[in-house]
Amino acid sequence: MTGRAPFERFSSAAVILLRDDVDTDQIIPARFLKTVSRDGLAEGLFADWRFDDAGAPRPDFVLNDPAMAGRRILVAGANFGSGSSREHAAWALVAWGFRAVVAAGFADIFRGNALKNGLLPVELGVEGHQQVVSVLAEDPSAALTVDLEAQRLGLPDGAQLTFPLDPFSRTLLLSGADELGYLLSLDGEIAAWEVSHPSPISTLARADA
Amino acid sequence: MTSPAVAPRTIVDKIWDAHQVHVEPGMPSALAVDLHLVHEVTSPQAFDGLRARGLRVRRPDLTLATIDHSVPTTDRSLPILDLQAATQIHRIEENCAEFGITLHGIGSPHQGIVHVIGPELGLTQPGMTIVCGDSHTSTHGAFGALAFGIGTSEVEQVLATQCLLQHRPKRFEVRVDGELAPGVSAKDLILALLSQIGVSAGAGHVFEYAGSAIRGLGMEQRMTICNMSIEGGARAGLIGPDDITFEYLAGRPHAPAGPAWEAALDRWRALPTDADATYDRTVTLDASTLEPMVTYGTNPGMGFPVSGRVPDPATIGDPSRRAGLSRALEYMGLLPGEPILGHPIDVVFIGSCTNSRLSDLREAARFMRGRRVADGLRVLVVPGSDEVKRQAEAEGLDEVFRAAGAEWREAGCSMCLAMNGDQLNPGQYAVSTSNRNFEGRQGPGGRTFLASPATAAASAIAGHVADARLLGATEAAK
Repeated sequence: MTGRAPFERFSSAAVILLRDDVDTDQIIPARFLKTVSRDGLAEGLFADWRFDDAGAPRPDFVLNDPAMAGRRILVAGANFGSGSSREHAAWALVAWGFRAVVAAGFADIFRGNALKNGLLPVELGVEGHQQVVSVLAEDPSAALTVDLEAQRLGLPDGAQLTFPLDPFSRTLLLSGADELGYLLSLDGEIAAWEVSHPSPISTLARADA
Repeated sequence: MTSPAVAPRTIVDKIWDAHQVHVEPGMPSALAVDLHLVHEVTSPQAFDGLRARGLRVRRPDLTLATIDHSVPTTDRSLPILDLQAATQIHRIEENCAEFGITLHGIGSPHQGIVHVIGPELGLTQPGMTIVCGDSHTSTHGAFGALAFGIGTSEVEQVLATQCLLQHRPKRFEVRVDGELAPGVSAKDLILALLSQIGVSAGAGHVFEYAGSAIRGLGMEQRMTICNMSIEGGARAGLIGPDDITFEYLAGRPHAPAGPAWEAALDRWRALPTDADATYDRTVTLDASTLEPMVTYGTNPGMGFPVSGRVPDPATIGDPSRRAGLSRALEYMGLLPGEPILGHPIDVVFIGSCTNSRLSDLREAARFMRGRRVADGLRVLVVPGSDEVKRQAEAEGLDEVFRAAGAEWREAGCSMCLAMNGDQLNPGQYAVSTSNRNFEGRQGPGGRTFLASPATAAASAIAGHVADARLLGATEAAK
């Protein structure tokens, strides 16, 4: 899993899902978590919103609109990705083709999972988010430009909305490196810490001894 | 250590400072992990990652695995018919064998929900950092541990390095003073908090629960509260350790003993937040004003006293919130102004990492002993661990549930997330002691009312959402 494609500036129309508190059970229901692989999860993406109980596509759900094919930005409401820690949620969004989610806030665990999979959480303040919503209300097919290097989301009217990201995550995304490589480079320090901090427990001891 | 230069610190900061392996300005800290809990659903891809890089598990002695999410809760001597679940279970058995990790799998006397077995084995101890690929890892915070859920990439990182890269969280004090009224439980307290602060207030924060009402709770009740911290958006929630904590730990299989116990007590007693430490945010609750709670919507913040009426979206000013509530009520099939009390139900689920411990089962049994569940109702009682199951059976609770007409199952997550075959049918209503009422959480199209074990048991007898205080128990609380 070392390395992925560097995150580059891109423009795309957006899939608009203006709901708050979209939880990871909606992004990918638990029954799709029985896989032992990271692959093939696009079919589970928003499965219960895309399909009815009989398995037929719900025509009113946005992802079932053929015009959405190829769109790489998801625009949601506040607190996107709440609930379960399942990284499958990020994997499913990436497998579908999304590279960025624009929202007025993300749940902590989802944000971390997204960043580790090349999926950029673009967190806008209430005002900035409203600006995007207004632009898309006017033209639902308007292209947005995601510029990670500048930490800006560009709107078709020329407006540039800045978004926050910690410098470490930004560097990793831009270079395509992953966190584990960095952690492994700390091996000496970890070993020294372990020597000076003996653990009070061992799971290897007999539990019922 | 009486240097006046040391600023007062919260327990979170004390644990954090004691676990920083590497600090660099502008970077996340490398934080040492004291205990890594692993289960079958969020780990296979992490082990594959290790193999792809040719890495070993750095600290198998600080890693413990179990099988809980996808395991059937029916007779364990039968083969697992769901081939995907069987494959996943087989995979963790292979991975643990290959990497030298202790697995409390099927057949182990310590199998159970990961957040139930850690504490009952005495592995969860004050001052530790504990992680697991599961958002309800916050449960372990009840012991004064900094415990939080992680994704599978992080599971791989911890397996490989026993460290995680983390930014220091903000501190969020939840102060609950006063005394809970009779018939009001820890589950009601946390549902009341969530109804007040919503499901995202805790983002970027760790909750620290404090106040006399929290001090008055036993360890299992504290676990119920810390368990649902994530439902308020906080990855972790904890409670400073005290004599109740130490009493629970004493004599547990992995708890320190002899001179090590005394040394541990000295360490643990230094953990609680210093008197003058400050928080980034504080909310207060008066426990004496709380009532049994139930949720009416599709996130755990949509709750109210069981005697409440469904709110009207038209009264909500914020358009986004209004749309969210409308959508939730449509999914739940509820109308504004409708009471929840008396609402018909199809299923009652008593279990999950929130409410599947011995005291939860005892509480449910108080309302079911000598009674029958309502006709046509399905009632599942699922102990949190094999150990809880044995203890419950030793005091005859299984017979109470069976005689009432409930199903007494094997340990696991079961219908909390419905990936093991225990699930609602589309349109069914359940009263559930679990932690999430998300759309489809307990089965596609299923509709969940979250509540306490007492409310669930009373509802099982009544056949609709019931107030346990009105039904009354058939035996006194222990």
